[in-house]
Amino acid sequence: MAEIRINRLRKSFSDFVAVKDSSLVLEDGRFVVLLGPSGCGKTTTLRMIAGLEYPSSGQILLDGEDVTWRRPRERDIAMVFQLFALYPHMGVRENLEFPLRNEGLPRAEIDRRIGEVAGILRIEHLLDGRIGGLSGGDRQRVALGRAIVRQPKAFLMDEPLGTLDAEFRELMCVELRKLHDRLKTTTVFVTHDQNEAMALADHIVVMNQGEILQSDTPEGVYNFPSCLFVARFIGRPAMNLLPLDERVMADWDTVRVAGADITVPTPLASVQRALLGVRPEHVNLRPAGEGIAAQVAQVEYFGSHWVASLATAAGNVCALVSKETAPAVGDAVGITFDTQRTVLFDASTEQIIPSATTLAHHAGKAPCQA
Amino acid sequence: MSSLTLQSATKHFGAVTAVADLDLDVHDGEFFVLLGPSGAGKTTTLRLAAGLETPDQGRVLMDGQDVTHLPPAPRDVAFVFQQYSLYPHLTVFDNIAFPLRSAMRRVDAGELKRRVERVAETLHLESKLQRKATALSGGEMQRVAIGRALVREPRVFLMDEPLSSLDAKLREELRAELKALQRRTGATVLYVTHDQVEATTLADRIAILEDGRVKQVGTPREIYDQPRCLHVAQRLGSPAFNVLPVSWFEGSVDPRTVHVGIRPEDVELAAGDGPSHFDVIECSLVKHLIVAERGGVEVRIRRVMDRAFAPGDRVHVSFPLKNCLRFDADGRRLDT
Repeated sequence: MAEIRINRLRKSFSDFVAVKDSSLVLEDGRFVVLLGPSGCGKTTTLRMIAGLEYPSSGQILLDGEDVTWRRPRERDIAMVFQLFALYPHMGVRENLEFPLRNEGLPRAEIDRRIGEVAGILRIEHLLDGRIGGLSGGDRQRVALGRAIVRQPKAFLMDEPLGTLDAEFRELMCVELRKLHDRLKTTTVFVTHDQNEAMALADHIVVMNQGEILQSDTPEGVYNFPSCLFVARFIGRPAMNLLPLDERVMADWDTVRVAGADITVPTPLASVQRALLGVRPEHVNLRPAGEGIAAQVAQVEYFGSHWVASLATAAGNVCALVSKETAPAVGDAVGITFDTQRTVLFDASTEQIIPSATTLAHHAGKAPCQA
Repeated sequence: MSSLTLQSATKHFGAVTAVADLDLDVHDGEFFVLLGPSGAGKTTTLRLAAGLETPDQGRVLMDGQDVTHLPPAPRDVAFVFQQYSLYPHLTVFDNIAFPLRSAMRRVDAGELKRRVERVAETLHLESKLQRKATALSGGEMQRVAIGRALVREPRVFLMDEPLSSLDAKLREELRAELKALQRRTGATVLYVTHDQVEATTLADRIAILEDGRVKQVGTPREIYDQPRCLHVAQRLGSPAFNVLPVSWFEGSVDPRTVHVGIRPEDVELAAGDGPSHFDVIECSLVKHLIVAERGGVEVRIRRVMDRAFAPGDRVHVSFPLKNCLRFDADGRRLDT
């Protein structure tokens, strides 16, 4: 069990800065996901925590102890890589035992731990088999087993599910989460896949271009994206971002979009140019004349719901529509939004504009920030 | 454009019956999707329509005219495959123009240029015409392959999983484009896929294929809302259709009922404990999905949520009878 703290961590490769002065506290027992597109610095951050890279500056503390310059094996952290390096010439049991060989544990203790791990991962029946004959999923489980058999203070995982097919990835997500709920070992998991992040994390750290853009609960990053990048990166279909007709005034809970008055959670700052953000599931189709005037431009049927693209004076608005309604291309409709689910962004700084709801969110937020 | 009909078509390969007594009626100008798992007979059906296979029994008609024993070329159908087989040494222009230069067609140079350019415009490839095919991305290559089919102005398009080798984002884009294109041109399309999202978003009508047989034909909404059997109910829908133990409904359903099913969006959910609580296994705000378990049975619930449940949270789940579908021992839907 461990708390991982990183202070103003920086890593440059010649003149490229991979990680820019990042600070984070990863609390003991949490499942933390570093999420971002490729090249955002998430893997470099993870590798510095593991000791596979040394930072250009900054500090890494494991349970309050400075481990910044320690070698990987002196950190008591297990790294799980994308392509699991199992020893193909060894059996399943030997692979699981391997990390324990140099620990000087008595035979009975080794057997006990292997049995426990095999039970957790339901691979007891594979213990006496060979790696060569295993399916991809069973290999993954053996590799997970090898990571947990050492009982390290923390797990670091770099896209461990990246090579699996979609269906199996979902299964492994559930598996990993169950494992975490049982072991409660601090886990740092790197991925570019928002579905994985949302399914696994207690806490999500969104990164881009070496910077931490938001460190928050899954609800936080989904409902209150800190900036336009996060708003666009998380959620599918993506959040609608509509330019306002007029400026935002502090303490005034009405804004204008495409010629209509829209009620929003009271903004706490005045901003000249702003965007209204609203997710497709919080867009409501109303009879023409209500809200923003729109015309149905495209519909796609998904069985459980429709996705409609609605043309307005502020651009296209994407809406999730319940299956009972059947929007038809060409229909004139009105659009309203779930008031409490709208957010505003400053168009020039691209940051979220604080409001009554963001304030309430931050007040109730679990502390996982530096 | 033309209609396409298969009448009682049967095709064996050795001991394997790929397609059995299959009837299919694709209307002129219709986007018709064959949906089924691999081995269901989708590709064989497509090849029968193309003339690449001849049925052992039954007939193939185009616009009411028997083409069963006509070779592929005079049927004038265009095939788009999953693996875009472009000519790597040719430019995009020459790849698209290729079918027009065949000895059978011989379109004059001015007309050829006009048609290639029009197709390129439709597929947003205008700026890429002089590039070598190998210098394109996967999505662009598949656009060129579709362009090559489009330029011929065939009577029917036959498409065999044309989007399945593309990544998710490209697939979504090209899917919307393909549908818009078909609407605009009024093309007849017979489209094969195992992807139910492609089926519901693209199709005017869907045929659900299994073991070489058509299980149900209808509009996407008909098939989703009124499946005739359990297999069909399970074929459409994401998250997948819930099948629940009939013992949970004892006394309130027809005694012939063996399976009770419900769509994830029709399940009702409330937070809280209680004698019949479920344990949350998985919850995703992005996918609007909750997976909860009780007595070893997992239930998928689709719901727009303000905040996610944590694994281990207890929730109260109910299954309104009016939303439940009932099936007998053979998986046949019982009328309600």
